[in-house]
Amino acid sequence: MMRLSRIAAILLRQFYLIRGSPARLLPLFVWAGVDIVLWGFITRFLNAINPSGLNFIPTLLGAVLLWDFFTRVMYGVTTTFLEDVWSRNFLNLFATPLSISEYLGGLVISSIATSSIGLAVMLVLAIVAFGLSFFVYGLLLIPFLLVLFMSGIALGILACALVLRYGPAAEWFVWPIPAVLSPFAAVFYPLSTLPKWMQYFSYALPPSHVFESMRSILAGGSASGINLLWGLSLALLYILLAGWYFTRIYRHAIRTGLIARYSAETAS
Amino acid sequence: MNLHKRYGETIAVDGVSFQVERNEIVGLLGPNGAGKTTIINMVLGILEPTAGTIHIEGVDIATHRGQALERTNFTAVYAPLPGNLTVYQNLRFFGLLYGVRNLAERIDEVLQQFDIARFRHTKCGVLSSGEQTRAGLAKAMLNQPHLLLLDEPTASLDPASARDIRAGICEFAGQEAVGVLWTSHNMVEVEKVCNRVLFLSHGKILLEGDPKTLPREYGKETLEDLFITVADEPLTLEGNGA
Repeated sequence: MMRLSRIAAILLRQFYLIRGSPARLLPLFVWAGVDIVLWGFITRFLNAINPSGLNFIPTLLGAVLLWDFFTRVMYGVTTTFLEDVWSRNFLNLFATPLSISEYLGGLVISSIATSSIGLAVMLVLAIVAFGLSFFVYGLLLIPFLLVLFMSGIALGILACALVLRYGPAAEWFVWPIPAVLSPFAAVFYPLSTLPKWMQYFSYALPPSHVFESMRSILAGGSASGINLLWGLSLALLYILLAGWYFTRIYRHAIRTGLIARYSAETAS
Repeated sequence: MNLHKRYGETIAVDGVSFQVERNEIVGLLGPNGAGKTTIINMVLGILEPTAGTIHIEGVDIATHRGQALERTNFTAVYAPLPGNLTVYQNLRFFGLLYGVRNLAERIDEVLQQFDIARFRHTKCGVLSSGEQTRAGLAKAMLNQPHLLLLDEPTASLDPASARDIRAGICEFAGQEAVGVLWTSHNMVEVEKVCNRVLFLSHGKILLEGDPKTLPREYGKETLEDLFITVADEPLTLEGNGA
């Protein structure tokens, strides 16, 4: 049975770390803020030179904001996990009654908290400084955020499993994952722009369905409910698969002694 | 019971069976690589035995891990508390993980018990070795464990600090009716604190008995002499003894 106090412990630890360290606090919103400012000015410039009158703010700046949210959610999960890697805490942590579901629950809730801060800062900047209006997306903004949130969680758990399996050095695979996925997720252009072989990957990525729907609404059409439902179902499936994979890797680590020996020197 | 751990062709633990009773301090001794830490890791549930079972107060750790570990704890020199949290923050974090009741009061108690109340708001990473050991012990006793695993708890401490730490552990063990499994390479320490010792060699229990009488049973002057024989010539001891 899951104990809330154990999930709360993971959250509390993360709170202590963030509160006591500006180096942990600032990245929660600084990079997201910088992205919004940068893309805000780019879209403003594009609006100024574009004779057709097409407004780039909801298409480009909105896409940047949503993609950054997805990235923050993923990093929220992985950063909480990496705190245990960096402090070599696995031995102490996994020798407690903490279960894997409680641990993953703690990582996910921690990510909700940290990504919400990033989202709030991005929204304020995008709305106040660049006039981004989310009314254009309507209520569909909720499923958009939900699909991206669930995708970020799934990818975050998968990244944690990779670091657990391949050692602390595998951390350097984790950070570029969103950048590697972004061309396939069709964040800034219609999916049809991609060559056929890339489109197959795109269909399997829940965020691509969000961005397709977003563009469809902005083009004056309506979002395909089936498309969004497909994205939501995929995201849910990936969370389950990522959880299963993490558990499998954890059991492997318990069987082989990797947890007991996990440190920068031994695991690499 | 009948614990085995094999890594490929290497046998780390080979059919080890033992019990630790309440109010008993059992020394797990042996040369480096004998299998002591492997056994401790298996009891802690962070290493799966290749064969055999572990029961803590009758609860099988393989099937009821959480329940078995609620009243178990450990400290080891190679597993310090996270250095980026203060002593208090670490104790609060681990207290929640172990489900400690009246946590604030319990934290105050262990801080007093190990004389680290003045380091309450100090990050563990900047504590000296002795202070870190005390903080680790405070964590280990936070949940008032019924089984306490101590892997070389006084390693890297000066003699005076080691003496104080030993006294603190023995006091706790006496008050709380706890069973302690203690590994150490300091035979004088083992003779002082342990009620019983298990000598491991090549993953097997070679000898078992009272540390005060065991050396003489095998024709040795001291426990250290016996340890050296176990390390250098284990075959000469197999099947011997009183």
